[in-house]
Amino acid sequence: MSLHFIQEPLDKAAPHVVPTQAVTLNVNGEDHTIQIAPWTSLLDALREYLDLTGTKKGCDHGQCGACTVLVDGKRINSCLALATVYQGKKIETIEGLGAEDNLSPLQQAFVDHDAFQCGYCTPGQICSAQGLINEGRCKTEDEVREHMSGNLCRCGAYTNILSAVMEVLHDGQVVVDNGTLVTIPAQPTQSSSVN
Amino acid sequence: MSQTIATPPTVRLDSDVVGKPISRPEGPAKVSGAAKYAAEFSVTGPLWYGYVVSSPIAKGKITKIYADEVLAIPGVQQVFSHENVPSLAWFDRAYKDDVAPGGSPFRPLHEPEIMFSQQPVALVVADTFELARYAASVLRIDYDVAEFNTNLEVAAPKAFDAPKGKTGFVPPPKPKGDVEQAYADAPHKVAGEYVHHAQHHNPMEMFGTTVDWLGDGKKMKIYDKTQGAPNVQQYIAKIFGLSKEEARIISKFTGGGFGSGLRPQYQVFMAVLAALELEHSVRVVMDRSQMFSMGHRPHTVQDIRLASDDQGYLQAMEHNALAETSQFEDETETVVNWSGILYKVPNSQFDYKLTKIDVNTPADMRAPGAATGSFAIESAIDELSYKAGRDPLDFRLLNYTYTDPTENKPFSSKRLDDCYHEGAKRFGWDQRNPEPRSMRDENGLLVGWGVAAGCWDASMQKAAAKAVLAADGHLTVSSATNDQGAGTYVIMTQMAAQTLGLPLAQVTFELGDTEMPEAPVQGGSWTANSVGAAVKDACQAVGKKLLKLAQKMDDSPLAGVDFEDVQFADGHIRANEDISRSVAIADILAASGEAKIEAEGKAGPNPINMLKYSMHSHNAVFVEVKVDEDLGTIHVTRVVDAVAAGRIMNPKTARSQVLGGVVWGIGMALMEEAYLNNDLGRYVNHNYAEYHIPVNADIKKIDVIFVEEEDDIASPIGVKGVGEIGMLGVAAAVANAVYHATGKRVRELPLTIDKLL
Repeated sequence: MSLHFIQEPLDKAAPHVVPTQAVTLNVNGEDHTIQIAPWTSLLDALREYLDLTGTKKGCDHGQCGACTVLVDGKRINSCLALATVYQGKKIETIEGLGAEDNLSPLQQAFVDHDAFQCGYCTPGQICSAQGLINEGRCKTEDEVREHMSGNLCRCGAYTNILSAVMEVLHDGQVVVDNGTLVTIPAQPTQSSSVN
Repeated sequence: MSQTIATPPTVRLDSDVVGKPISRPEGPAKVSGAAKYAAEFSVTGPLWYGYVVSSPIAKGKITKIYADEVLAIPGVQQVFSHENVPSLAWFDRAYKDDVAPGGSPFRPLHEPEIMFSQQPVALVVADTFELARYAASVLRIDYDVAEFNTNLEVAAPKAFDAPKGKTGFVPPPKPKGDVEQAYADAPHKVAGEYVHHAQHHNPMEMFGTTVDWLGDGKKMKIYDKTQGAPNVQQYIAKIFGLSKEEARIISKFTGGGFGSGLRPQYQVFMAVLAALELEHSVRVVMDRSQMFSMGHRPHTVQDIRLASDDQGYLQAMEHNALAETSQFEDETETVVNWSGILYKVPNSQFDYKLTKIDVNTPADMRAPGAATGSFAIESAIDELSYKAGRDPLDFRLLNYTYTDPTENKPFSSKRLDDCYHEGAKRFGWDQRNPEPRSMRDENGLLVGWGVAAGCWDASMQKAAAKAVLAADGHLTVSSATNDQGAGTYVIMTQMAAQTLGLPLAQVTFELGDTEMPEAPVQGGSWTANSVGAAVKDACQAVGKKLLKLAQKMDDSPLAGVDFEDVQFADGHIRANEDISRSVAIADILAASGEAKIEAEGKAGPNPINMLKYSMHSHNAVFVEVKVDEDLGTIHVTRVVDAVAAGRIMNPKTARSQVLGGVVWGIGMALMEEAYLNNDLGRYVNHNYAEYHIPVNADIKKIDVIFVEEEDDIASPIGVKGVGEIGMLGVAAAVANAVYHATGKRVRELPLTIDKLL
């Protein structure tokens, strides 16, 4: 059996594509003007044109939250946002929350609680947690779990992410350790004494 | 061990840091966005972007590619396909990476034949990412479609014994006794078929490569997402005929891998191809749907028969598995052996077969084989415990083995019994009503408690490291190993600091660059012990040089003391016999006048120990589920995972590994399945919205217990590794808890609502 199969293109290849345009974005308090195609996402504008690679691409479909940034204090998926629409807004990325040598309380809590492993979803988690704190409606562990569920973490650091967010949410007053660690000391075993 | 550097936990010093819960040194870079992943590095000069075009058909042949149409778009630089890729290495061996299974590796853009759905068929390179993606979306390709089969059951009659040859694969154990007779005679028996479907690794970072074209001959800096830069280098160098200087691979941060980055993926081939052909810097990043075009945990069907006597002692065990593989390679996992290692049983037989279907080659995925086998055997053991009228935990202890029955060898160490006891105590197992459907919470939900065990190899691979102590006293240790989140940066920093008795702030560990000493891919839970032992060896070699220099100093207090009789602590070398005989390392460096002291170290498996001992990590998992019977929903509300994996170098990051393993186990149990549509030959839920993994709200309380073992047989530094072990037993414990809650025994994963109603 042999069928002739033609892949249907999304569109006829256009001999000329829509020209790029100048777009000015206010990111972390600074204006940047870039020349981009009108369909450039805010995420790609940040990563590929402004070298602000702290904002991550995990799916490009608004499904994972790795690209979360704050716009006028509210968390959004920057992969679902066209850059040009966000002119005139205050965009804050992970780089704006705190630098390596000057971490924000949330960033420090993530380090202290080991709230990440590979680190790739982490900027999105932190921006999302900052947005959650700004929203001011979550107080309990279950509420935080629910409202942090737009940010996937494939390493499975959720337990520690919760601990870090709860610590900052309650201004260090409540240190949550959801899940404890016990270490039972080694006992000399028969086999290990053979050598 | 000849060196007497203080071994914790007996001595506690400021520089005694192995075993302490130290935060990751790279943490601030990760939480501030400063950590650079493969697709984020800047290049010298302009950068072009490549976008991969994937096959919509599962099998057939490309008949025409209308490249001219997209090449007419201003800004499109090139379309690469089998039509214009230059002739590259010819023999299969050039395409074999360090951990390739048997068979003939896939060669991207090599020929018009399509062997699996989503096979990469072209790369479109353009000035910008937006343009490359658009051009790729409008590239027309004609195919001749051939008949295909992606259904394991249809291919089952053509099953064959899994061939040997892949790193880490152990063929099934030899049969013992007479299973048929023992099974027929036994009063209690269970038989069942256990199934899970394809699962995809889906690390958060998509596979990507940035090639920085340096313009000096064919020199490139290749920033790649991988779990092993040296493996990528040898692959790329062989295929393209490049030297190691030309094909330098850099991988400082890896946004998760879980096995998907063990073998080089096709984006690195494509990025290098485009850079070489266009003599230009190029970046290629897969999209999320293409993350389903690479290897996956293979769909596997397992048949188990178990029987016990009246008291509950196992009499017969049969464990057979049939797994899918591709038409061109034989991906093999160790699936059934674990059952034989975990339990003492006089009559046993095992079988592991593969069969070929039209998919891409499956790949190792976190706890490969063991996660598969553990679900089946631990479900069956649970079922038999009820038949025999024993508590599931008692039943496991009753059939506990202190030697490895599959090889008749003692374990180098095994504290699984303590895992059972400590885990049960913490979980409150003695409060369990053994009757299924007997426990409910305050809201009337059914409550179930389940237990299961796991077992993983403690294996070592060859690894090397280099230590450089600068005149200012800063120690830099390097190895071309990887950190996909496992904690390599922090534990190697600890190991180096401890070995030379330096404060952590004075030590830097670097990884992920092929200019560093070679290390194995990060997998198999072997990084901590293999690279850790190499780091220790390198630092000890520096220590020996330091001692010699110290002894050259005027009136040296260490004159005549052997290396075996000194310790490195708190920035000093001290005589064991009299620690007041001491010289500060800073003084040695100053007196020596040397700009730096450097040495290389290495480590590898100990073949004699491997012959004499069975070396494994173990765990016991206790799970509570709550089930809403009206809706069929299952929630895992509590998990205790007790792990015996030798010495724990860093309880903070090791705990994170186990927490992650539990989350993976919950995902495997309740959610993860790549739906293979056999009419299309294609995974149809190839995105994060439809391929479900746990989110924050799915994860409740998880307790981690480390039952430490002293074991200098499994590894010279006493470490067994924790990357895989934490996941084992979780899926079975969930299924067992669901049985306890509902009285329903589900043998097919994931345990979705439809299987419960």
